[in-house]
This record gives sequence, structure tokens and C-alpha cells, in this order.
Amino acid sequence: MNSLILLTSSRIVLPVAMLFSVYVLLRGHNEPGGGFVGGLIAAAGIAVHSLPRGRSALLRLLKVSPKTLIGAGLALALLSGLPGLLLAEPYLKHQWAFPGGLPLSTTLIFDIGVYLSVVGAVLTFLAYYLEE
Amino acid sequence: MNAHLLLSLPIIWPLLGVALCCMLWSRPRAQRITSLVVSAGLLLSSLALLAATWDGTVLATQFGGWAAPFGISFVGDMLSAAMVVITGLMAVAVGIYGLAGDAEAREAAFYHPLYQGLLLGVTGAFLTGDIFNLYVWFEVMLISSFGLLALGGTREQLDAGVKYVTLNLVATTLFLICVAFLYGLTGSLNMADLARILPTIDNQGLVTTIAVLFLVAFGSKAAVFPLFFWLPASYHTASAPIVAIFAALLTKVGVYAILRSFTLIFDLSLGFTAPVIGIVAALTMVTGVLGAAAHFDVRKILSFHIISQIGYMLLGIAVATPLAIGGAILYVIHHIIVKANLFLLAGVINRAGGSFELKEVGGLYKTLPWLGVLFLVPALSLAGLPPLSGFWSKFVVVKASLDAGHALLAATALAVGVLTLYSMLKIWNEAFWKAAPAASTAATERWLADTGTRRAMLTPIIILAAITMTIGVVAEPFIAFSLRAGEQLLDKSAYVEAVLGPGPQRSAEWQP
Repeated sequence: MNSLILLTSSRIVLPVAMLFSVYVLLRGHNEPGGGFVGGLIAAAGIAVHSLPRGRSALLRLLKVSPKTLIGAGLALALLSGLPGLLLAEPYLKHQWAFPGGLPLSTTLIFDIGVYLSVVGAVLTFLAYYLEE
Repeated sequence: MNAHLLLSLPIIWPLLGVALCCMLWSRPRAQRITSLVVSAGLLLSSLALLAATWDGTVLATQFGGWAAPFGISFVGDMLSAAMVVITGLMAVAVGIYGLAGDAEAREAAFYHPLYQGLLLGVTGAFLTGDIFNLYVWFEVMLISSFGLLALGGTREQLDAGVKYVTLNLVATTLFLICVAFLYGLTGSLNMADLARILPTIDNQGLVTTIAVLFLVAFGSKAAVFPLFFWLPASYHTASAPIVAIFAALLTKVGVYAILRSFTLIFDLSLGFTAPVIGIVAALTMVTGVLGAAAHFDVRKILSFHIISQIGYMLLGIAVATPLAIGGAILYVIHHIIVKANLFLLAGVINRAGGSFELKEVGGLYKTLPWLGVLFLVPALSLAGLPPLSGFWSKFVVVKASLDAGHALLAATALAVGVLTLYSMLKIWNEAFWKAAPAASTAATERWLADTGTRRAMLTPIIILAAITMTIGVVAEPFIAFSLRAGEQLLDKSAYVEAVLGPGPQRSAEWQP
């Protein structure tokens, strides 16, 4: 798709969408948001960026194949459940730590996994429809 | 190993398979190794689960650590452990078989991640103790199987895939609607919790209505009469390993869901559902076997036999005595092994004989006598001849129906057995016995020249045939196990207690 307006505006849309997607991802911890919505926002930003530029630009931007992202996301989500098992607790029972009052948990790893899988899945799909 | 680990590992292995195979998408060789390793892991961890539940223990865990009935329970009793073991066995057997033939073409089309995704859906469905979660696993299974079915991307496959996915989506949507009704009625989705609440509901007529709706939804998945039409419309288009894993597992998840929900959640003694299931069982047996008699494509014959055999399992469920339920379980186990093996053999017939179409194949017994013997083991077992596994499973189911006074159902089962033998002999006569057409001889020579393919395809067939023989010759422990698993199903107290703990629960007093 050869559009100067899209080409120019997508340069701004991409970083804003990425930043916003990370915000939504982290916000999802206790408020509406999370990996799924965050992943969709990121994928939308990347889609806007690659629509005027074509498939090869998408793959250059990502560095890895979107299929790899799906797998990596699933692997992260899978791993986030393992600490529970190692502590003889149910799978996916999430573990928490509070270094200096900052709540950190394996839930975040799970959510990042969801985020990556969603980005990967949407972009895998998109890649089939992009022009070269 | 503790219960959490035992129940999580059969799900973690295939999930790991999906994740790794996606990450290794551009390296087919690495995917093959990963796929085989995680399948072996699935088999081993499911054997550990079976060992832990062997004495009748029911294991339960709550994923995420949220207590039942709010969290999602995963439960392993004898039936689900046995089903997971058989899934692991199929994963390995069909996994090895899938290395041969046109493997490169399949692998380029995302075969391994989808294969593992299918296994993930199946093991999840067998282990979950939550009815909504069961729906989720059905969806995982449906999406993966659609991908596998349409893998080749030919016109024929896409046509079959669209039919398959549309008809199955209708069934899963109905399932979802049933779940919503059930939740509206009881306020719970946990199967153990439902087992406690449903008998206390005043409006038992509504419970029966929901039960019958569930029967339609699960029956469609299990391909029973008159909801089976998606199966013969789609199965014959997929390649041999894919259709073998479908035939082994997909419909049996539907049977498992019927078996589980109609023993744990709903009561078969309500007086309405059991006779309905009985009639459906008889019609399923008969239509399936008649459909098979009319066809000359090996895959179509075998597809119709899946339907026919599902009828026997339903027969056991309909009779609903401990012996009959045990017989149904034995039948499922026997059937998965035999049916998968027959489809694997169909792939070999296609390769060594040049076609799936029986008219174009012939003379295989002359050139490949051992293949003929390997075919006869599952074929005669399917028909129910002693001393093979099919004889014992048919024997238990038929005896149970005679004991319960269902002479007509028993007679139908026996007559269908004879017709099954007819179909199997038809394949034998055409593919193995009659003189070989020229094209078929050429294919046989190619087959004999390709040692690698032969090994990969025949090894799982030999293993599965050996298991069929073992169940046939040393039937006692298998029958005893199935009967105990059946008794465990009918006495739901152990299941409920394993999930919810002893004593009255919150939900028992919950009023809508």
C-alpha cells in the first residue's frame, strides 16, 4: 500500500503504540488491561507500521519470525507456572517477592508470555496478507 | 511425585511441544526431535499418573492455587489416567509413523506445533474437573485439528475442513450454551461441585433437559447417530498419520465426556436419558457398519467403522450397570489402539499398493505376507474375533446388556460384529488377495526399495498390534482394571471428596 500519509504517521504511531502497550501490560496487574490487550495494541502499532512498507519491512522490524514470538510467549507462560510446582504447590500458583516494597511476581512473566503470543499470532496472520 | 506434578506434567509436555516447535519453526529436524521427546515425556508422565491412581486413589489439583469450586480443578482417576496413557501411547506411535512418507511437506505446513496442540487439547480434556474448562480444551482440540486437516491445502481438504469446522463449531456452541444453563441453574462449573448440587435442585425436569442437550453436544463430538455426518465428510482427506491420530482420539474425547458427565454430573438412572442413549447406540452401530459396507475407499470404510464402534461404547453407557460401564471403558481402550493401527495400515496400503481405493490395489499378500498378518490383527480384533482385544471388549459389553435384559441391543451388537467382519474381509480380499493391478505392483517395488520409510511406518504398527494381542491373550488384568475404573465412576464420592474435601461445602447451601 503506497500512501505517504500512512508512511509518515506510522512513524509516530509505532513508538506510541509500543509504549502504550507496555503501560497496559503492566497496568493489567491490578486494573483492567494485561498481556492480551497490550499485545493487541502492540500488534496494531506494528501493523500500521508495516502496512505501507510490506512484509520484508515487518520481518526486519521484528528481527525474529512472528511464529517464534508465539512459541516464546507460550514458553514464558509455561515457565511462569513451574516455580509453583517446584515448591510442591499447584501448577501456575504464582509466587511473589517484595524487594523494597515493589511487588514482583511470576504472574508478570505469564502476562508477558501472553503479550508475546498475541503479538506473534496477529502478526503471523498479518504477514500472509502483506504486500512484499 | 505429588499430585500437582502428576496432574500437571501430562499437560505441560505437549504445551512445551507447541512452544518449542513454534520457536523452531524453520528447522524441521529439530521439530521432529522435540516432538518425539515431548511425546515420550507425555507417555512416561502419564504412566506415572496411572501408577499413582492404580489402587483407586483419586488425585486432584487446582491450577493457579485457587481453591475449588472457584478455581480450575484437574482430577485424575483411573479412567482419566488410562485415557491419558493411551493418548501418550498414540502420541509416540503416530509420531514415529509421521516421520515417514511426505513428512517434509507436512512439516513445512506447521505439522508439529499443531500435532502437539491436538495432544494438549486431548490430555487437558481428559484431566480437567471443570465443565467450562472442558469446553476450552475442546476448542484447543478443534483449532488444532482443523489446522491439521487443512494442512495440505488442497481443494478437497479445504472443503472437508470447512465442513468439519462448521459442524463442530455448532456442537461446541451448543456445549457452551449448555454450560451457561448449568451455571444459571447451579452457580457452579466445577464438576465435583455440580455432582453435589444437582441432586438438590427442585426442578429435576430442567436438569434432565440440560442433560439431553449435553448428550447432543457431546454426541456430535463422538459422532453418534444422527450427528455423525461431519466425520465421513472430512476424515478421508487428511494424510495417514493425521487421520490416525484423529480416529484414535477425537471421537473418544466425546465418548469420554459422555461417560464422565453422565456418571458424575447427571444421573443415568433418571429414566429418560439411558433409553435414549440405548436407541442412539443401536442406530449408531447399524448406520456406521452399513455405511462402511457401501464404500471401497479404505479410509472411508474405516471412517464409518469409527462411528459403528462408538455405538458399542454408548451401549455400555446406556446399560449403565457396573459391568457395562467397565465394558465401555475397555472398549474405548481397545478401540483407540485398533482403530489407529488400522488407519496406519491404510497409509501403508496406500504407499505399498499405490492407492487408498481398493479397486486399484491388490496382491499385497503375495509380495508382503507379513503386512497381511499385521493387517489381520487389528482387523479381526475390530470385528471381535477371539483371542484378540475386540473379542473381550465386545464380550463384556454384550454380556452386560444381556444381564440387564437388553436382548435386542445385544443382538444388534452381535449382528454388527458380523457385518464388521464383512468389511474387513472386503479390504483383505481386495488389497491383499486379488491379483495386483500393474500400478499397484510398481508401488510395491518402490515400497520395498525404501527401507527408511518402511521402518518408520511399520514399527508403530507392530507395537500396536502387539498391544492388541497382549490385551487379547492376557485379558484378565485389563478387564479387571476397566471394571474397577467403572465402579469408581459410578461411585462418585471419592471424586467429589478429592476435589472439594470431605464435609459440606459452601455451594451446597448456595441458592440462586
